[in-house]
Amino acid sequence: MDLGFALTQALSQAIGVTAIIYLLATMGLNIQFGYAGLLNFGQVAFVAVGSYTIGACVMTVAPAITSWWPSAESYILWIAIPLALLVSLLLSLLLGIPTLRLRADYLAIVTIATGEIFRLVVKSIEPLGGVQGISGKIGANFYALNPFPDVDRVELGLVTYTRSDIWVVVVGWIVIGLLLLLTWALMRSPWGRSLRGIREDEDAVLALGKNTYLRKMQALILGGLFGTMAGIFWVVAKQSVQPDSFVPDFTFFCYTILILGGVARVLGPLIGTIIFWFLLVFTEQTLITAVESGTIGFLELTQVGPIRFILVGVALMLLMIFRPQWILGDRKELALDAR
Amino acid sequence: MPGEVAAAAQAALAVVSPEPGATKPDSILVADSVSRHFGGLTAVDVAHLEVQRSSITALIGPNGAGKSTLFNLLTGFDNADTGNWTYEGASVTNMPSYKLARKGMVRTFQLTKSLSRLTVLDNMRLGATGQKGERMGAAILPFIWRGQEKAITEQAMALLERFNLAAKSADFAGALSGGQRKLLEMARALMLKPNLIMLDEPMAGVNPALKQSLLDHIRDIREEGTTVMFVEHDMDMVRDVSDWVVVMAQGKVIAEGTPRSVMGNQAVIDAYLGAHHDRNLTASGESLTQGGNS
Amino acid sequence: MHRGMSRWVIAAFAFLGAFVLCAGVASAASPSITAIVTGGDKAPIAGVSVSVTGPEGFTGSGTTDAEGRATIEVPAAGQYIVKVDEKTLPPGETVKDGPERTVNVLSGDKKALFPVGIGGEPAGGEDSGSGAGEFGAQVLQLIVDGVVLSLIIALGALGLNLIFGTTGLTNFAHGELLALGAFTAYVFNATLGLNLIVACILALVVSAAAWGWGQNYLLWRPLRKRGTGLIAAMIVSIGLAMTIRYILLMIFGGDGRFYTDYAGQSGLEIGPVNITPKAIILSLLAILALTATVLWLRSSRMGKATRAVSDNPALASASGVNVERVIAVVWVLGATLAGFAGMFQGINNNVAWTMGQGLLLTMFAAIVLGGLGTIGGAIVGSFVVGMSVQLSTLIVPTQMKTGAALALMIVLLLIRPQGLLGKPERVG
Repeated sequence: MDLGFALTQALSQAIGVTAIIYLLATMGLNIQFGYAGLLNFGQVAFVAVGSYTIGACVMTVAPAITSWWPSAESYILWIAIPLALLVSLLLSLLLGIPTLRLRADYLAIVTIATGEIFRLVVKSIEPLGGVQGISGKIGANFYALNPFPDVDRVELGLVTYTRSDIWVVVVGWIVIGLLLLLTWALMRSPWGRSLRGIREDEDAVLALGKNTYLRKMQALILGGLFGTMAGIFWVVAKQSVQPDSFVPDFTFFCYTILILGGVARVLGPLIGTIIFWFLLVFTEQTLITAVESGTIGFLELTQVGPIRFILVGVALMLLMIFRPQWILGDRKELALDAR
Repeated sequence: MPGEVAAAAQAALAVVSPEPGATKPDSILVADSVSRHFGGLTAVDVAHLEVQRSSITALIGPNGAGKSTLFNLLTGFDNADTGNWTYEGASVTNMPSYKLARKGMVRTFQLTKSLSRLTVLDNMRLGATGQKGERMGAAILPFIWRGQEKAITEQAMALLERFNLAAKSADFAGALSGGQRKLLEMARALMLKPNLIMLDEPMAGVNPALKQSLLDHIRDIREEGTTVMFVEHDMDMVRDVSDWVVVMAQGKVIAEGTPRSVMGNQAVIDAYLGAHHDRNLTASGESLTQGGNS
Repeated sequence: MHRGMSRWVIAAFAFLGAFVLCAGVASAASPSITAIVTGGDKAPIAGVSVSVTGPEGFTGSGTTDAEGRATIEVPAAGQYIVKVDEKTLPPGETVKDGPERTVNVLSGDKKALFPVGIGGEPAGGEDSGSGAGEFGAQVLQLIVDGVVLSLIIALGALGLNLIFGTTGLTNFAHGELLALGAFTAYVFNATLGLNLIVACILALVVSAAAWGWGQNYLLWRPLRKRGTGLIAAMIVSIGLAMTIRYILLMIFGGDGRFYTDYAGQSGLEIGPVNITPKAIILSLLAILALTATVLWLRSSRMGKATRAVSDNPALASASGVNVERVIAVVWVLGATLAGFAGMFQGINNNVAWTMGQGLLLTMFAAIVLGGLGTIGGAIVGSFVVGMSVQLSTLIVPTQMKTGAALALMIVLLLIRPQGLLGKPERVG
């Protein structure tokens, strides 16, 4: 068995495009669930909003407006990105206004429902590509700025990326670095303290004269914007978007990553993502190799795909039961976690 | 040896006639026809109630008398079906709880709400109002709020000293004992510099050793001019510390007066005996059952 | 990990493993991509070369058959690019939206449509109900379909709501109780060759014992004993749902399966409405089951105890109710009803690994609409949801119908947070 191949595959996935997408979405979830205690089970909706706004602007709107703005297609991405963030903000308001005054599980059900509504509705809207989604040179404006030399593959030690992937990966990690810094700055501030207070007991914070509704809304919006950033990276990196990519399981993957890395830790999502994707891809690759070489006889190659999800499901259960603060957890804090 | 403020409050109340809905010389809180129904049940139906400024007023009554519900209504944690009430002369009827707290009408809870996974010091700092760093935009610019944060920390540490919690300031609040949490909650409420502090069963679950210190703190708070109103089952405490006692039963105020006059009131004795035949008036029963969602 | 815990974790895996074993004989379908190349009037075009490229350098190719289809097996879930070689198309023709499709394969068969030439409408989606017949007949048909769907939702929602009421658990794995019931019946029927009625009765017993009582005993009871919080438990249920769902996918593959009996039953024409005899019988059985459950909750000793626990577990326990026993009964009842709902859906349509997930949100919508924790509310809510799912197709495209019901739930939450039958109670 060639473990080396599995290892490099795993490594390049753990810091690659997929990891960046999940990390951004999970960082948003960390703000909402980790710090403010908001049960957002529909983070995927925010991701989808990012991907679809960009996809629609670049592929549908830009060609339509070239008649009165000839260079629309050269700049469209840079207009579409703030627009996507604006739509994300509106979605947060739409979700938050009815539910943030209600019990926590209402938000859970409404957010997961919204994710599904979005997916089902988009499927039947032809301008958004219907079931097929949108594909094309969605990231063209972004790749036009690619400073890497025009070669097929870029080698970085153990891992190799294509020229466009490396550009996405580098920008992705810079953005992540900045957003981690932002999270850190926000969460050590009195604002972050009041969010953590709301997570522990909203009534107590109300009694201390804080407008908790406003702060929960701010947390929902901020976390949603992070999710939308994930969606923007997704569509730029893959240059396509399909409705069925945005299933509820995406959000549950993010929860697994968050709990694996440490809830309410600035670096929790980062550590969680790297470990999660490394282990996932490594196991999968090893299994594929083992099945192909006949080492494992009872599985067919096609049965390996679902194993990824089974592993995530089992991991989520076990983590939640045994170590809710897995890696960055604080011993003292863990001892208190009687919730 | 009561302090000056205590003596003044007691003198003011001495001339008030001990009857339900009595008018007080200087009322900080005035409530009129406040009612709350749950389905067919009338939980609160208070015709008139005044609270004398700088007094320590106890609110007592058998289980289910509507004391906590009245607290919730007055502090904006529940919405009244009818009624209006004023605080410091201005109407605050159904005002959101956080706005009331900012105006200096601060409450604590029957089931202590210490924020477990925040440190004791952070619990305290959270209590300060008007924090610039609590605005999201300013939060990422520490130079805006750092000076204020320092002042808040000093204020918090001073209060923690006073409540004998300074040594625990770096611990998680969840690691404190039940009594210490009660102290922390009271100290945290003082961070808001309240004019009226409303304590919901401050003695419930507190061990006898700490009770005396809690009582002293309540007296001290009043001596600083803060009006104290509290719900309590511990009759010893009511007798010890309060200037005025309001008795509720079945949602209504049935008696008012000085502790001595109320304890001898036949209507009060009937209310207690009628509701709880086997109840020891000094026991602190009502706690446990707060089912449902966490 | 201390010893008590590891013991039941092992037991939990054995419990899941048992399912894998008992159904191990069932073969798995491979994930695959089917390219469908059609010309004008959706006529298939044969002999077109199709290539697939995917992760880890995977490449595959095929040629369309007489039905215009080329199926290419792929090794695993992932993103693949499907490309039609336009040179092999009839001269002068091109694929309408370009010859390339990016498809995300999760499992099973993923279709990629390549409409060719001018005027070839994409053959995507489900057919949006028969356009024939007048409006009134269409409404009647939708009402009948709505009642059937409402009953299936109600069977699931009642158990979901009882479990929520007695334990506080928002169970995201409740949909999988439907799927487990349906697949258990499938194993008895298709794999072991038993008559469907016998298979269903056996499957109901398995649902009650293993998927209900067993699940509670091995997973939820120890968690309650440990004092696991409700939010933590909710996330555990999400993990469980994912685990069960993908185990089903691994064993049975991604395509819908049919029971060997009554599969192709033709419908009866009753006036303008078309309904199959099996749907009528199953609906009557569902009404019977729902009525019996409600009566049982109203009148029996255990039923009253259940309602007492829902109202206030601490008080019920103090008054001598054995809360754990009540919860066990609720799980058995909930799993049996859900299992029946799954078989109903399976007989009426087909048995698919996503069937539980698909219905879970409508069940949640039903109990949120009706009022969380209220028994009558679950049933009323189910009918509101079931009817609105079907009737919404009068206005919105068929694919959006579930979305319409979920949107209705959100709008109602704005107006009446406690649900239709819920008590007005301040929350938050």
